[in-house]
Amino acid sequence: MTILNDPVSAKLGNRQQLSYIASQAADARLNVELETEGMTLNIGPQHPATHGTLRIIARLDGEQVVWAEPSCGYMHRGYEKLTEVRTFPQVTTLVNRIDWLGSFANEVPFILAAEKLMGVEAPPRAQWIRTILFELSRIANVSLFLGDLGVQLGAITPVFLAFRDREYVLNLIESATGGRFHPNFDRIGGLKDDLPAGWIDETKVVMKKLRNFCDEIETLLFGNEIFQSRTRGIGVIPRDVALQYGLSGANLRASGVDWDLRRDQDIALAYNKVDFKVWTHPDGDSFARCWIRLQETREATLIVDKLLDGIPSGPVMAKVPKIIKVPEGEAWVSTENPLGEMGYYVVSRGDLGPFRVKIRSASFNNISITPWLLRGVYVPDIITILASLYFILGDIDR
Amino acid sequence: MKPKGKENQLSSPAETSAAPVVDATRDAMVAAIRSTLGAAVVDSLVKPGDDIWVRVSTESWRNSIQKLKDVHGFDYFCFLSAIDWLPSPFGRGEDDPSEPAPERDSTIRPGYTGGDTRMQLLVRIVNSETHLGINVKADVPNDSYTIESISSVFAGANWHEREAHEMFGIGFTGHPDLRNMYLPTDFEGFPMRKDFPLLARMVKPWPGIVDVEPLPGGDATEEESAS
Repeated sequence: MTILNDPVSAKLGNRQQLSYIASQAADARLNVELETEGMTLNIGPQHPATHGTLRIIARLDGEQVVWAEPSCGYMHRGYEKLTEVRTFPQVTTLVNRIDWLGSFANEVPFILAAEKLMGVEAPPRAQWIRTILFELSRIANVSLFLGDLGVQLGAITPVFLAFRDREYVLNLIESATGGRFHPNFDRIGGLKDDLPAGWIDETKVVMKKLRNFCDEIETLLFGNEIFQSRTRGIGVIPRDVALQYGLSGANLRASGVDWDLRRDQDIALAYNKVDFKVWTHPDGDSFARCWIRLQETREATLIVDKLLDGIPSGPVMAKVPKIIKVPEGEAWVSTENPLGEMGYYVVSRGDLGPFRVKIRSASFNNISITPWLLRGVYVPDIITILASLYFILGDIDR
Repeated sequence: MKPKGKENQLSSPAETSAAPVVDATRDAMVAAIRSTLGAAVVDSLVKPGDDIWVRVSTESWRNSIQKLKDVHGFDYFCFLSAIDWLPSPFGRGEDDPSEPAPERDSTIRPGYTGGDTRMQLLVRIVNSETHLGINVKADVPNDSYTIESISSVFAGANWHEREAHEMFGIGFTGHPDLRNMYLPTDFEGFPMRKDFPLLARMVKPWPGIVDVEPLPGGDATEEESAS
């Protein structure tokens, strides 16, 4: 017997059907009694969930979002314009500050694009060290995400663990490059310096610590029932939507797209020298995105370990002229940064500085999906969805 | 390990010139695109082992992108942006403000696959199965600075078009909402256009210029031979 032509009630038994109808009726009555006018909720620009100053304007109906739109530009620094008045070596100082948690990773694609135009390739040792530092910035970046994730869901502990263990990685980056947050270590043709003595052994110890940290987070947070119930099935992004919004990195792989720029492109870094697993998840929900990042952090520590074992000897700088003029041409290079695909489209006119640089940052695309994604979700889920998409404001605004 | 001295450095440009001369995959893709799009393709360029550039006509912009997505499977939207090919009348902002402005070449010289207009639109789309990407360009008419929006093809283009609209002053017909993304609503001018001055550079001399001057005592002959 089907009382209602309703897809949910049709699946239920008779008694359950009645109680289901009763609950629907109660909801409807409540909605009539407490008829609410739409309300506009302003989140940010100073909300902790916004990693900076992202402002979200949400139009609510009760607890549900009818329409939401992020408002960017509170941190727009005009880097694309500034690159046009700087020389090629000076640009790394700027691009460092795009995604400030994984600074070194921002320098690499730009330097690779300039090298591609010049026909210069960094010596093998420089490529390996670049790759190692690239992965270290991924670990430093994503471990903070893993800790921060807990805070946004009301769990305080993980963030302390994250800051504790991220410090080890930052110390490594500092001892190799001289800069904790903004290394500015990459040069056209290689690196500023070689690794300091004892760095390799120290890094291996730290990588072990970071793997322990990943295990801790996995049991502490990912196994937590509250965490699961607040992220599973929330903010589902299907594969085709993810692709047409240009989502990248863990957000894309969480929607079941097996695509990693470290593995799937021929690039002058040492990724093709080591085996590593590219993690994907079929669900596409908030949990999947967080889970992928956790696995990738652990995978990154393994990549670093493998790279440290095979690091070749030799110079860290190719022979490049003192005054760098990049030949006329256009080049596109993108790499798999902690936040996703980060790329530079560099147009050179044979001058000291670039003619035009288009900075394709991962967070801009990742966050452009929010008007679509937040429609119909409940207010508390806005926070978990934003947290799971993981953006850095500097990476949106540039 | 200690940093290597200058005498130990290897010259590497010679080693890297071994890039493949013929790129069968990309050549085949360009041939396929030319047969699908027909006359819409104005010009194309393949750099072996590197990338593909295709320039399509202004009128066919949206249709071309749609066909590339539907027929050739370029379903991943990477970015959309514009290039202003006018050389900057302010150079690199290193002029002495007390002197009269120097004469500069203002001829518009387009990049790969040519171009007839000052503004060009550039979009990069990638096939998510084969991971082959292409750069598609289209001229933006000089009189109207307007072109059809592709946000109905790729929803992700929405924000990128808003950015191009405020930064370059390019209009997109059919775009749902061209509000400013970064700039204040009442901002005048289009900052990314080359003729928009970077005022911070005008009011104070740029100290960074010292970086590119020859180092004292450095021998000029080595620089010449290396470049």
